Amino acid sequence: MAKINLENIRHSYLKRPQGPQDWALQQLDLEWTDGGAYALLGPSGCGKTTLLNIISGLVRPSEGRVLFDGIDLTERPADRRHIAQVFQFPVVYDTMTVWENLAFPLRNRGLAAAEIEQRVQAIAQMLDLTEMLQKRAAGLTADGKQKISLGRGLVRADVNVIMFDEPLTVIDPHLKWQLRSKLKELHQRTRRTMIYVTHDQTEALTFAEQVVVMHEGSVVQVGSPIDLFERPRHTFVGHFIGSPGMNILPCEVGDGGVLFAGQRIDVENRPTVPLNGRRTEIGVRPEFVLLDERGIPVQIIKVSDAGRYRIVEARCGENPIKLLLEEGVAVPAGNAGVRFDPAHTRLYADGQLLE
Amino acid sequence: MHGKTQNQMGWLFVLPVVALVAFNAVIPLMAVVNYSVQETFGNNMFFFEGVKWFEQVLHSDRFHASLGRQLVFSGIILAIEVPLGVAIALAMPRRGVWVSVCLVLMALPLLIPWNVVGAMWNIFALPDIGMLGRFINDLGFNFNYTQQPISAWATLIAMDVWHWTSLVVLLAYAGLSAIPDAYYQAAKIDGASAWAVFRYIQLPKMRRVLTIAILLRFMDSFNIHTEPFVLTGGGPGNATTLLSIDLVKIALGQFDLGPAAAMSIIYFLIILLLSWIFYAVMTRDEEQ
Repeated sequence: MAKINLENIRHSYLKRPQGPQDWALQQLDLEWTDGGAYALLGPSGCGKTTLLNIISGLVRPSEGRVLFDGIDLTERPADRRHIAQVFQFPVVYDTMTVWENLAFPLRNRGLAAAEIEQRVQAIAQMLDLTEMLQKRAAGLTADGKQKISLGRGLVRADVNVIMFDEPLTVIDPHLKWQLRSKLKELHQRTRRTMIYVTHDQTEALTFAEQVVVMHEGSVVQVGSPIDLFERPRHTFVGHFIGSPGMNILPCEVGDGGVLFAGQRIDVENRPTVPLNGRRTEIGVRPEFVLLDERGIPVQIIKVSDAGRYRIVEARCGENPIKLLLEEGVAVPAGNAGVRFDPAHTRLYADGQLLE
Repeated sequence: MHGKTQNQMGWLFVLPVVALVAFNAVIPLMAVVNYSVQETFGNNMFFFEGVKWFEQVLHSDRFHASLGRQLVFSGIILAIEVPLGVAIALAMPRRGVWVSVCLVLMALPLLIPWNVVGAMWNIFALPDIGMLGRFINDLGFNFNYTQQPISAWATLIAMDVWHWTSLVVLLAYAGLSAIPDAYYQAAKIDGASAWAVFRYIQLPKMRRVLTIAILLRFMDSFNIHTEPFVLTGGGPGNATTLLSIDLVKIALGQFDLGPAAAMSIIYFLIILLLSWIFYAVMTRDEEQ
């Protein structure tokens, strides 16, 4: 069990990185508290697997230090960092039984037979694998194999952190949900630090207490699921999280306040510094766009039904605006007006939330 | 068949293949079967003899001796080439510019015809002027493949290992390359030793390609003819008279077509049986 710190970490897969585009991971500092459930969320290619492999020791960072409880482990390989990792595709040792698979990491570390037996039984019970212990691992379904991969991490007492690299990719949809709840339950029972890499916001938001959102090699926000939804600190977070994502609308900031489409918009965060020359945008989630005849004039383009509510796609000049309407609310056709809830409308400069 | 339409046109499409197989396999084989049950005389005179030739071959000491030599030879070949091939494949680089260099070097022996390999080693191992033969003699060993059975066998085995280990290497290398990195990473995290990685990841993942490699090397080595023929013609004495050398002696040397045909069929059935046993043993766990 340990607190993990990443200090000034930066990584490139090239030998001589030139510009910023050569860095798979831009410089970052991160702290992972002991026992937390983290998700590392971002689109494919944003550097999340690289970051994960740096923590596990499978990749050595080009720059910076990895500290476990203040001890520098940057140079130490994966097998000596007391970590466990579950990969995208289940890794099982085909020729072994389920029992032998679970016992493998303990046998390699030279534990006594009685202790191995006791731990394997305990973990098998936790993972509902007791019935299958004597079966050949090769014969299991993908979710069973993924449980074994996880079990090989849980069975060890010395594990500081268990890392998951998109572990549900090959699992059937109806089992994904089960396995996800299982993970959550296991986290609560064992209180081991878990870091879960995914590009799926549902997986991240349901599993994690803290979500680390990555974009183009940088960490753009670390926060609870509620934070990410309510106060996105970057337009990317607003757009990436939520379905549909946040409306990002270009605006002008001057003496008259924030102007969009010629109208003054009340925002929650007022600019305290001059924003000369910076790209300014307002962000408002579709949930907080309201119909108002006296508001900003828009054209309704399309209405789609999403169950309990409807998604209305509108257009104001060149800018698309989405809003959510509950069932039963009349949807105006053609021209309409909207306003933004001031408590949930924020100003962004160059993509960053102004604070 | 439920839900399938019967379409007689299908036969038309497989006809070319049927014709091809008939011409290159069935018809020659039937000719051999035909010879194996008859006594042949000049002027195309044939007399039916039933299974007489089969009985004769199966009870002949000469056949037993050739078969014994053949089994020992194939056994030695497999025992050397398979482990050596796997070891070389494991030692080859997995990425970088050296991969192509190694693959080309490995493929080179496979491109050389059998009789050229035989001729090369014949000269290479000559005790007086051959580089290898002379060298071994200079080291103080008495090496002469035309006089000593051991020398002849050693040369023959060296030749085959040089020629065909590459095939095992290439197949094993293909099997190794197909293992995803995650397996090695997981094994590392699990604290597995290099031996455990080989035993529990690499070897099981190579199983299918090794099955193919073993079958190919078994069948080829069991059929070997050109190399011993070029080296000593089956000598010294009968030391390297393996099955096919013996068969050709009977068929073309003595012109005993009946016994030769019966021996061909027995030879063929032995290969078929042993290949099936290898295959069954190596794939027995996969059906679970």
